[in-house]
Amino acid sequence: MRYDSALAAVGNTPLVGLPRLSPSAQVRVWAKLEDRNPTGSTKDRPALHMIEQAEKNGRLTPGCTILEPTSGNTGISLAMAARLKGYRIVCVMPENTSEERRQLLAMWGAEIISSPAAGGSNTAVRIAKELATEHPDWVMLYQYGNADNAGAHYATTGPEILADLPSITHFVAGLGTTGTLMGVGRYLREHVPDVRIVAAEPRYDDVVYGLRNLDEGFVPELYDESVLTTRFSVGSEDAVTRTRELLAQEGIFAGVSTGAALHAALGVARKAERAGESADIVFIVADGGWKYLSTGVYTAATTEEAIATLQGQLWA
Amino acid sequence: MAIEVRIPTILRTYTADQKKVEGSGDTIEALFADLETRHPGILDRLVDGGELRRFINVYLNDEDVRFLGGIKTSLTDGDSVTILPAVAGGAPSGNDAV
Repeated sequence: MRYDSALAAVGNTPLVGLPRLSPSAQVRVWAKLEDRNPTGSTKDRPALHMIEQAEKNGRLTPGCTILEPTSGNTGISLAMAARLKGYRIVCVMPENTSEERRQLLAMWGAEIISSPAAGGSNTAVRIAKELATEHPDWVMLYQYGNADNAGAHYATTGPEILADLPSITHFVAGLGTTGTLMGVGRYLREHVPDVRIVAAEPRYDDVVYGLRNLDEGFVPELYDESVLTTRFSVGSEDAVTRTRELLAQEGIFAGVSTGAALHAALGVARKAERAGESADIVFIVADGGWKYLSTGVYTAATTEEAIATLQGQLWA
Repeated sequence: MAIEVRIPTILRTYTADQKKVEGSGDTIEALFADLETRHPGILDRLVDGGELRRFINVYLNDEDVRFLGGIKTSLTDGDSVTILPAVAGGAPSGNDAV
């Protein structure tokens, strides 16, 4: 495949079967390898689409500064596109995210403002909103409320999946900005009767949960519960266990949030198997494991040790 | 019928600080009634007017029971039930690789 530039190479990612983790020939689980995007995550799609739409409608003009609250991937995608297109970019990021993410952002020229660990992404969003008020000339694309985030997945991810797997019955993805679930979910619902749209929400241990509780709950403006069929809450233990299974059994090296999506995918697979239904279940591999190597979850001798290394860290 | 129930920190005063307890019942409602017999007071923290309390989330094998049958959701031997306090409004937390 040939493209005119790296930005043109966003999307068209592989969909691969998981022969060992699928419960049977009737109930199959498929991984959409979104780590095969130019900066290594699914966020290349919404980042590029949000920038291009903002350029089209005149919000983003040459010399502009882009501002975004992000725990990493969206910032990395925006920073790469901003560098190629000549924009300055400022990212607000929780202080307890991994060192790899900081280096990647800096590498593409992003300026980082750290937000306190307490409150996680919610605090980063609040601080970014305050900065946007102080600097009215900065352009906050704001992935949590920007319809072009979901729009990117409606226009590209959804059609790719349906073209590769017309027999799809379930779509599973992590619940963050909700952009992937809303965009792909709406597209599939228009084309596949009775398709099930399944959210996998990260659940942290009591320590991190307690920290997050200092803040108010935050519902992304994009979130529309009616798009979802059901929602799973996946704890750190299961997310780490599945991340390691995906690596050991299928050879796929994915980030920890992908383990959470796989856990939900295997949950609906088990239900289909019990009910005697056939199913083709697609889940999103949001990014590769590279940015999380320093956590030690991949190299720990046992899954128990891997889980212990992740205590108190934000993994999604 | 043995169902494992994970108890959140704020409700462990009712379970002598145990993180996990066992219960039985063929629905969430029956399970909670069974828990009340050994952990008096817990039922009122979970249920209000015959429905799940608004700021309590209950998961059956990690799946939110509000998307299943709510308090009437059926249980099977070996199931795992997780009780969690909801953030304001039972909202998603918005914490992902974003």
